[in-house]
Amino acid sequence: MEIFNHDSNIPFLGMRKYSIAIALALMIASIALIATKGLNYGLDFTGGVSMVVDYDQSVQIADVRDALAKGGLDHAVVQTLGGTREVSIRMQPKDDPGAVQTDGKVNLDRIAADVTRMLQASRPDAKLKSRDYVGSEVGAELRSDGTVAAVFVILGIMAYLWIRFERRFAIAAVATEIHDVLVTLGILALVQREFDMTVLASVLAVIGYSINDKVVVFDRIRELFRLARKAEPEEILNRSINNTLSRTIITSLFTAITMGALYFFGGPAVHGFAVTMLIGILVGTLSSIFVASPILLWLGVSKKDLMPVTKENPELARRP
Amino acid sequence: MSDFPRWKYALVALVMLFGIIYALPNAFIPLPAVQVTANRDAAPIDQSTQQKVAAALTAQHIAAGEVKVQGDHLLATFTNSDVQKSGADAIKAALGDGYTVAFKLQSTVPGWLSAIGARSMPLGLDLQGGVHFLMQVDENDVIDKQENSYADDIRGLLRDKNIRYESVARNPVRGQGIAVILRSADDRAKASDDIANEYTDLLVADGPSTGDRFVLNATVKPEKLRELSLNTIKQNLATLRNRINALGVSEPLIQQQGDSRIVVELAGVQDPAEAKKLIGATATLQYRAGIGYAGDQAAQDAARTGSIPPDANLYYMRGSHLPVLVSKQIIVTGNELVDAVSGTDTQSGTPMVSVTLNATGAKKMGDFTNANIQKPMAVVYVERVTETKMVDGKEVRTPKITESVINDATIQSAFSRQFQTTGLGSQKEASDLALLLKGGALAAPVDIVEERVIGASLGQDNIDQGFKAVLLGLALVLLAAAIYYKLFGLVADIALFFNLVILVAVMSLIGVTLTMPGVAGIVLTLGMAIDANVLICERVREELRNGSTPHAAIRAGYEKAWSTILDANVTHLIAALALTTMGTGAIKGFGVTLMIGILTSLFTSVTLTHAFTALIHGHRKLKTLSV
Repeated sequence: MEIFNHDSNIPFLGMRKYSIAIALALMIASIALIATKGLNYGLDFTGGVSMVVDYDQSVQIADVRDALAKGGLDHAVVQTLGGTREVSIRMQPKDDPGAVQTDGKVNLDRIAADVTRMLQASRPDAKLKSRDYVGSEVGAELRSDGTVAAVFVILGIMAYLWIRFERRFAIAAVATEIHDVLVTLGILALVQREFDMTVLASVLAVIGYSINDKVVVFDRIRELFRLARKAEPEEILNRSINNTLSRTIITSLFTAITMGALYFFGGPAVHGFAVTMLIGILVGTLSSIFVASPILLWLGVSKKDLMPVTKENPELARRP
Repeated sequence: MSDFPRWKYALVALVMLFGIIYALPNAFIPLPAVQVTANRDAAPIDQSTQQKVAAALTAQHIAAGEVKVQGDHLLATFTNSDVQKSGADAIKAALGDGYTVAFKLQSTVPGWLSAIGARSMPLGLDLQGGVHFLMQVDENDVIDKQENSYADDIRGLLRDKNIRYESVARNPVRGQGIAVILRSADDRAKASDDIANEYTDLLVADGPSTGDRFVLNATVKPEKLRELSLNTIKQNLATLRNRINALGVSEPLIQQQGDSRIVVELAGVQDPAEAKKLIGATATLQYRAGIGYAGDQAAQDAARTGSIPPDANLYYMRGSHLPVLVSKQIIVTGNELVDAVSGTDTQSGTPMVSVTLNATGAKKMGDFTNANIQKPMAVVYVERVTETKMVDGKEVRTPKITESVINDATIQSAFSRQFQTTGLGSQKEASDLALLLKGGALAAPVDIVEERVIGASLGQDNIDQGFKAVLLGLALVLLAAAIYYKLFGLVADIALFFNLVILVAVMSLIGVTLTMPGVAGIVLTLGMAIDANVLICERVREELRNGSTPHAAIRAGYEKAWSTILDANVTHLIAALALTTMGTGAIKGFGVTLMIGILTSLFTSVTLTHAFTALIHGHRKLKTLSV
């Protein structure tokens, strides 16, 4: 069975003005979105408040949520703590603006009092049992750890491609990579999906996925350049994309299938992960086809850049 | 005309067998169980305890699977967690306070599997419920304590050496050391030498001098501060372990994270309040003048009649619960204790604890022991737990103080800075005492900077959903590959299935804790592992289109795809590696899973499928390939 015509020769490089323009526009829009709307950081990053509420009689989670929503706390996460009389409420201090002091410090007493008042309005038997504040420094550290990890990934990949391929490939891969991450984050900022620890893991996994995709195309470019007698870069690049098109899309589909399964059946704990991965797969696949190669062409890749390596390295010479 | 060497077949067969065996333990679902251990002063667990427990369970009509004695503890298994709960209550009631009753998940892995090191993956808190704390040591406090203590020591030293000084004080900025102001350059040189000789952990340097003020700066060496901070963590870890064992959590995770943090994860605990109380407890200790010895007539009388001499307190010995009378006079406190190490007394060969005091403590101890040779001295351990209650919307903190005597001994001779407590019953008793002493001198307070509570039902939901997602993701990809690549797809399917098996086997063998992000990593690995097969299949198709014979197409397909697969996987591996460097457990778990998955998929997608392909097509003349 074949979905794609193997003889296809779609002039992807011919559309490079448009594709690069669109990619740039998406990147700028993403930066603007991240700057203005911002990422909706979850409790993992911002720190937050967690409370345990005890009821004399059993209580429905939905009722607790309603009571909090009435008081204006519609983002609070309500969970049972085993049994039906105890619930935990987690929320961001910013959801209760009155409790954030001018110096940025969070007044925990105020939040506790507000929540108690809201809950007791509908259920006088609600009693606050304990309350906790998750330090924001932990979150700040996670954010910086995440940034360091992302930079580490990008530099590591760049170094590897520089050695295995050539400078231009490394630059093109990293430029496309940054595009993919920015656009994925931009979409997350647009839909204001909560950005928690699993989503951060997912964004870093997107980098891994997307580089995988680019390397396959680059590998074909290198191979075709070495085989071709008369190497017109634009034609070689275009042929490489077309030759690997079927693989690019089939792999994306297969990975997307598993992430779909994770989204629909994996439960709320991995929702964010699956959604981010699905966005990343889409963005990464498109950029492999439309963005990476035009950058390579623009950087001026040519047959002679790839040839000398084979002469110096007998191990590579055996390879096609 | 198979070009696949025989040893590779053997390797593939071996790895497949390894995968099956070491993944197998995960198929045995552990049983809910209750573990009973005897406390220090209770009768040890034996057959009679077992009979008592069995009788108590039968009397309450609670169906237990098995009640057996295993070494120093007793184990009772139950069919489900509801029965487990009522079973634990019944056992607690039957045995009383002397025993710790803890929930446990008892592995049902057969003995022959455990014997070869095969075990199931431990489940993370998000999969079984429990509480998680992240605690941070207050490093400022470590510095404060050190600088204050050294300032005292330097004053003492200068007095001893008869060097006149104007002042010895800490510099206003924390960590900047201690400023010693002397009256002459000679004095300064002398003081500088003496301090440097006596306290090797201090860096001594001349400061700017004005007129007759000669400044000497002593700073604690950074490596010493680092060492102290690490020691603080270690002490805290040890004290926390002790305290948490009292909670009855069967497998608590108490781990250092980074330089100044401690993670505590208590599976199965649903009410963090009790755990937090224990964690937040601060302990101090006091060396006090003794009045009698544990269990002597005066103490027994006082305990019975309740009439205690006005200058004394009646305490009980930790462990033996014997009453003991202790004077209210405090000699030194835990703050003045620098170190306590357990060891063996060189003279008598019995276990002992060697204690070091700081200068002020040493002076007080010297004065006291000089005057009180052959008299008793007791160590009182004071534990302070703050309970926070809400009364009329206001927070009321009530400290609950428990005091007990952890050691009483006779002063054999005068001592000050360093002394030994000998005649301890066992090496364990000595190390326990050393730990308690250090715990009482807990160098820095810990703050909880993160706390998470995961309900047990949530954990079960996560397991069910994660399992469903893995199986469904796998099934869908298997189906899609079989439809799209026919026979080659089926071979890829075998590889994918074994990829899951080997991934689980390796994770179990290494002991990677399975968490929800880890499950997501497994699912992602399954989706991406098929990529190598897609590459190979597409290559084989291409070669066939270019007119190669089927066998040549297979060979060229694998050969040409290999370089691409390698490059793609190495770059992917770099990304996974970065994930594992993240300090946070959840992301780390995901990264580790991804990394193992990339490595196993390299083997299964390339070598394993090649073996199967060679086996199927090897000795036949082929006209076409089913790809």
